Order: sequence, then structure tokens, then C-alpha cells
Amino acid sequence: MEQKCQDCDATMQILDDVVIGEIISCPDCGNEFEVKKIDSNAVTLSPAESVGEDWGE
Amino acid sequence: MTNRISIIYDRVRWEEKEIFNAFEERNIPFSKHDAKALVLRSNDSDESIQSSFGTSIIQRCISHYRGMLIAHYLESKNCLVVNSSNTSRICGNKFLSTLKFEESGIKTPLTLFSFSDKSAEDSVEELGYPSVLKPIVGSWGRGVVKLNDKDSAKALIEMRYNDDGLFSKIFYVQQHISRPPRDIRTVVVGNEVVGAEYRYSSNDDWRTNFSLGAKIENCPITKELEEIVLKASDSVGGGILGVDLMEGEDGFLVHEINNNVEFKGVSKFTKDNIAYKIVDYIDHISKR
Repeated sequence: MEQKCQDCDATMQILDDVVIGEIISCPDCGNEFEVKKIDSNAVTLSPAESVGEDWGE
Repeated sequence: MTNRISIIYDRVRWEEKEIFNAFEERNIPFSKHDAKALVLRSNDSDESIQSSFGTSIIQRCISHYRGMLIAHYLESKNCLVVNSSNTSRICGNKFLSTLKFEESGIKTPLTLFSFSDKSAEDSVEELGYPSVLKPIVGSWGRGVVKLNDKDSAKALIEMRYNDDGLFSKIFYVQQHISRPPRDIRTVVVGNEVVGAEYRYSSNDDWRTNFSLGAKIENCPITKELEEIVLKASDSVGGGILGVDLMEGEDGFLVHEINNNVEFKGVSKFTKDNIAYKIVDYIDHISKR
């Protein structure tokens, strides 16, 4: 699957085993998007949360 | 029928996908919950919550406070959460972790805690140069700085003190350990050390975090290493953990335990699949 980056319009390749909640990074601008919905041939993306002070392992 | 096991996450990383796949390949029914989509009602009954989440939950939130508070909530509804809220509380805060290591007789670098810029400068003077300044909350090496001299220490302390972050006026200054240019990441599941790796600093960074580009190599799990790691794991309540150690002149020192361990790197060196270990563990303890 392919999807256009919402920010820079670059083409992002999305693997077939993608799951809801996974993060897709734009290869051109580096912005991150979270997979919200998967249909047969398309995914719905929304901007991913930015890293918080308390994020980590 | 309600699944008895679920997993709560806020970002699906390589590790979460591995765990999802392991549940499916083991044929263990489970449900997935995105923490960001949850609305938790204070007065919901235990039965109502258990019908949504099951009775055993793997908590894998990348946000420390989000995950810890969800664990508190689920425990208040009589669910078993791995890792527990108490384990999250200790591991997600370096101040509390260090106290727990000392209390449990686990060797850890000397650390000075202070609460103002002036006392932080005094701490660094006492420990000498270099010493290490770390934020008490956060991970992946972010904000961890080596203080090489008085001028840079004063500047970094001042910068942090003037920042309006929640923890920026709490100073955690640690003795710099003379060690090989590597540390050790171990992964514990229950009572077993399931993997270990050496993490070598990259050429342009003294820190050894995998997320910062550290090179990794297999680390043999010796009896000595295993004993120290399991003791450290027990000290914080056990569960699914990443215990990090350094090789000091007098043996291993534990400097951190990760409550939401990333195990992609270690998995390159283990013969057993770590995600399988995790799902087998939660399956086993959920049947008790």
C-alpha cells in the first residue's frame, strides 16, 4: 500500500502486515503518523503524538 | 466470551507487534486496548471492568504516567497487571529506583539528590569530574549528560533549573563509573533472564542506548550476572523488565530497570522468542 504524507506529500510505503496503532514515518520529512484504521486497500492515518517528557522504556 | 488477557499500549512498536503475533501463534485469545482511546469510569464495578479487559493485563504504555495510572485503576478493579503499578512507579523514576537498589543491597553507582541549582553544584563538586546528571523521569538517554568540568556543570544545571519542566528542579547526579565502553542490557520475564546484550557506545556519543545508535553484541548470561539481575528484578516487584548494568572495577552495578522494555536488540541473540516467553508468562500467571 502507498499513502501520501499529509505534510509534505511524499509517498509512504505501508507494509501489508501493518496493524492499527503502528507508527508510519515519512521518509522525506520525518513526520510520524499513527495508523487509525485499515480497510482492504487503504489506511487512515492521523498525526502521531509527540514525544512526552515521561516517555521511554 | 470475554478474553481473560489483554494488552494495553499507546504506541505499537516492534515489540508490541511481536507480542500480538505471539498470542495469535500460541492460540491464546486476547484483546488489545489503545490507552489513548480509553475512558475509565471511577465507579465501574470490578465485573464490568473485567468483562472489558479480562483479569490479566500486560501494560505496555510508552508514557510512564499514563501506564502507571492505568495499572492503578485496573488493580483497583481487582485485575492483575504486569507490570504492576508499584513496579512502574519505582522503575519509571530513577530517584525511587536508586533508593530501592540501596535498600535491597544491590550495587549501584553513588548518587546525590538535590533540589536547587546551588545544591546541585555542590553535589557535582563532591562527586568530582566527570559525573553524570540525569533526569529522574524519561528514557532512551534523553537529557543524560556527562559533566566534564565546573563551567559546563554550572551551565547545564542553570539551564535545567530555569526550565519549567515538572522535574527540572530535582537533580540526580551520579558518580561516573570507569567501565569498558559498553553496558549490559538484560531482559527478564518472571523468574528467568531470557536475554542479554552488550551495548557499545557509538563513536560520537558516550551513552550506550540502542535508540542512540549503540552497537550490540551477545552477552553470555553467567551465573553471577543471572543472580544479580534476578535480585534486582525482585527488588522492584518483578515482571517483564529490562535490567541495565555496568561492569565496574569491583563487579556489576545495576543502574536502571526498564518497566516497558524494548527487546528488539536482545532478540538477535536469544534462541527463544522473547514475545513467546512474555505471552506464556502472562498465560501461566493468569491461570493461578
